[in-house]
Amino acid sequence: MCIPSELDRRAAVAALLRNRKDTLVVAGLGSPTYDLHATGDRDDNFYLWGAMGGAALIGLGLAQAQPSRRVLALTGDGEQLMGLGGIATIGVARPSNLVIVVIDNQHFGETGMQASHTGRGVDLTAIATACGFVATATVRTLEEVQGLAADIAEPADGPRLFVIKVRAENPPRSLPSRDAVFIKNRFRAHLGFAAA
Amino acid sequence: MHSPNPETDWPSELYRVLKAAGVKQMSYVPDAGHSQLIRMFSADADVTTNVLTTEEEGIAIAAGAWLGGQRSVLLMQSSGVGNCINMLSLSAIGRFPLLMLVTMRGEWAEFNPWQVPMSRATQPSLEAIGLKVMRAETAGDLVETVESAAALAYESDQQIAVLIGQRLIGKKKW
Repeated sequence: MCIPSELDRRAAVAALLRNRKDTLVVAGLGSPTYDLHATGDRDDNFYLWGAMGGAALIGLGLAQAQPSRRVLALTGDGEQLMGLGGIATIGVARPSNLVIVVIDNQHFGETGMQASHTGRGVDLTAIATACGFVATATVRTLEEVQGLAADIAEPADGPRLFVIKVRAENPPRSLPSRDAVFIKNRFRAHLGFAAA
Repeated sequence: MHSPNPETDWPSELYRVLKAAGVKQMSYVPDAGHSQLIRMFSADADVTTNVLTTEEEGIAIAAGAWLGGQRSVLLMQSSGVGNCINMLSLSAIGRFPLLMLVTMRGEWAEFNPWQVPMSRATQPSLEAIGLKVMRAETAGDLVETVESAAALAYESDQQIAVLIGQRLIGKKKW
């Protein structure tokens, strides 16, 4: 059931975001936050260090507030599994500008690499399809990630969820600021909103 | 000019106050006490509404809405507060404006004993994670409280739960 992937997560995220242009990105706690930071710190990145299960839903609120911008929720399998109900909520909301990408190493990497549900047969893309997402796919190679990046850049008529299967390992951490108020105000300033 | 009586039509008054506060997103897990407010927001093309599978989702949506420049309000009953606690870390540590309207169960002429434990835990658990809790027991007080809570949340970056007393909502018919 657990098909290991040899794809390097940092290379995959770098390829995914190379031409992100003005895409707003929210990263789930743990490795996706480090992966996003490793591609370069930017004002339009929002990094989570907690709120497990919330990354895609922060993406939903943001996508609804900024309908003309593409929003990418970049998260991990453990984080998205905790927010499984959120896939149903997003499926009902049908934001056409929200894309969820799960960097799936099939393990809880931050806590000692315990096996997660996605390595034991749980398929997040099938769940998303059943919840009304308009496009889903699972990819395993860098070439496929490059194709996915091109697909994501095209408009869609509803939410999309993609799983990138990666090798289970913890690359050296790339740590963004843990000051959520700073990251929040920087993000809002990027969109033209003043701090209180 | 029609002027609704706040003692009998407080949901319309809450809708008016929240619209005046610039609320553009509303998310909810239903409660009978919120049903009229849910209907009014759902019929409003200028407000995006999200039905949730669990209340904590609304905390994350509200934070995302604020990142994108919009104000969001979250409706739930007291049993849902227990589902929210860890997600409230996001609002607390990020100082994200948060306005939750919580209809109380389990505290006044309650038929269902299963509502009582979470009812008892609602205010202490919200305060333990750092929210400001405001309470209203009469319709007139509720409208004023929500108006003031909205200003505190959206203008002063506070995280606020307004508890709506079960006495005010009325007894559920079984």
